Amino acid sequence: MLQDKDRIFQNLYAQDDWRLKGAKRRGIWDNTKELIERGRETLVNEMKESGLRGRGGAGFPTGVKWSFMPSEEHRDERPHYLVVNADESEPGTCKDREILRYDPHTLVEGCLVAGFAMGANVAYVYVRGEFYSEASHLQQAIDEAYEAGLIGPNACNSGWDFDVYLHRGAGAYICGEETALLESLEGKKGQPRLKPPFPAACGLYGCPTTVNNVETIAVAPTILRRGPSWFASFGRENNTGTKIFSISGHVNNPCNVEEEMSIPLKELIEKHAGGVRGGWDNLQAVIPGGSSTPCLSKNICDNVLMDFDGLREHNTGLGTAAVIVIDKSADMVEAIARLSHFYRHESCGQCTPCREGMGWVYRVMKRLVTGDAEIEEIDMLWEVTKQIEGHTICALADGGVWPVQGLIRHFRPELERRILERKTGSAPAQAAE
Amino acid sequence: MSDAFVFDENYAARAETIVARYPEGRQQSAVIPLLDLAQRQAGGWLPTDVIEYVATYLDMPRIRVLEVASFYSMFNLEPVGKNFVQLCRTTPCWLRGSDDLRAVARDVTGCELGETSADGAFTVVEVECLGACCNAPMVQINDEYYEDLTADRFKNVLEALKRGEVPDPGSQSGRVGSEPTGERATLNGAGANAGEGA
Repeated sequence: MLQDKDRIFQNLYAQDDWRLKGAKRRGIWDNTKELIERGRETLVNEMKESGLRGRGGAGFPTGVKWSFMPSEEHRDERPHYLVVNADESEPGTCKDREILRYDPHTLVEGCLVAGFAMGANVAYVYVRGEFYSEASHLQQAIDEAYEAGLIGPNACNSGWDFDVYLHRGAGAYICGEETALLESLEGKKGQPRLKPPFPAACGLYGCPTTVNNVETIAVAPTILRRGPSWFASFGRENNTGTKIFSISGHVNNPCNVEEEMSIPLKELIEKHAGGVRGGWDNLQAVIPGGSSTPCLSKNICDNVLMDFDGLREHNTGLGTAAVIVIDKSADMVEAIARLSHFYRHESCGQCTPCREGMGWVYRVMKRLVTGDAEIEEIDMLWEVTKQIEGHTICALADGGVWPVQGLIRHFRPELERRILERKTGSAPAQAAE
Repeated sequence: MSDAFVFDENYAARAETIVARYPEGRQQSAVIPLLDLAQRQAGGWLPTDVIEYVATYLDMPRIRVLEVASFYSMFNLEPVGKNFVQLCRTTPCWLRGSDDLRAVARDVTGCELGETSADGAFTVVEVECLGACCNAPMVQINDEYYEDLTADRFKNVLEALKRGEVPDPGSQSGRVGSEPTGERATLNGAGANAGEGA
């Protein structure tokens, strides 16, 4: 198990003061100037060496992403922007919220360091609109940092000018998609853009932009301070570091916890969340990385490791590391149908396969809950999800059909049972609502 | 109808601060935050004249502002009650009993989903994931989250609101944030409990 001394988020549970005084006591803003003096290239290389992969869901190597921004020799007159994605909305995920409200200075310092590393003088932090008090904490942290000269002109006496601005959204899951977020930040409907051009070439206001998740940015200063090899010493190769896991659903003690990557799922749940309600054998399924990731049946949960590669082996993913635990008392089909309802609601309506497909999938799922369907429709549903997948501008529709695919993959007998029972006249054992 | 809508002194100052965050000529970026301010001043929703005011303020075509106002779920295009109760219905909250909360909301406020009570005290709606899944089930009432709810705890919250009180937001089970209840395996060292919740 990860030791406390190696946890980046020392105030995850609000045991200490979240304001500047407390943050400094915990080592945040400690000689940030020295980090900047290492120069852009060194910082990017160190991030690459650390192996950090983006913590927002896609898991793209952070250092590599930063390196896509124009270098000092190649930059033109356009400003560079760092945009922090704090539009945390993936069902199951509630980790960035804790950073925003209990450790906001990790993020503000991260903005400066990451911003410098990509040649940006401005960062916008896009916080989901519903996070009102969280945004308020962040704004207070930003104000404190300006007042102390940590950001603003000549930030931390580094010679680098840096502004951080809070931007609150207004309720739209799609704005967690990076190009939809940029559209929203420009004052439009949050509808994703085609890529290319990628944001590093043409992002916010047509300028070079990098969009990173809150956790990704907030861990950067600690990684650079303690060294990339320190961070890379946790987890398996290609899956390094520490990570905040959000454990929700049918566990005895739901919680956020920062752990080592590649920790076995069972150990994570039993050590930190008090175990599955009713014991491990009462487990039915786990959604391992937020609502978009396909569920796993219990037999896989017994041994699976919580990292990118370990979960990909089982046709799912680490996503945001939001573990949703479902015990045997729950109606598994309804649990997934609720997610289909979510994606139907959140589709931005731009692409036909998503706009029409999410509604269609939800309507079929609703019938599958009660068994009001034909057996062949299970295959048809599978086929349609495959037609939707990969045929839209952004990944929302992919994320919308993957949970359904996971359900069919692992719970097909249950789907068939309901259909047959309805046909033979006896009510399903677990009726919906 | 009263006079034409304009930001009052307080909101005008906040609007100015917000617009200044964006580069010259990019004031359209402020449309979401300004609609939010306008909705607050207008009593929780956005009548057409308020939307038009924001369009003029930002020098935007009205249709572009209406488009934004109708796209984002936090903007209300119809009046809402004094206490705008949003019940999270998504899987993590549902697994932990969000359906029970719907019944409580109906019993205490008299509102079915989507309705506003006759006295204007409550509007109750169901919404998608609010991002506090480790404190499920939860609801949002106006700007605040009420978390770790049970039917009884939620009933207490709503009844307090009914009496005109403002119950303490956050976890209703005594947790500070999303730490595990009871003994925990991490972060037990110095500094424990040194902070104030908010």
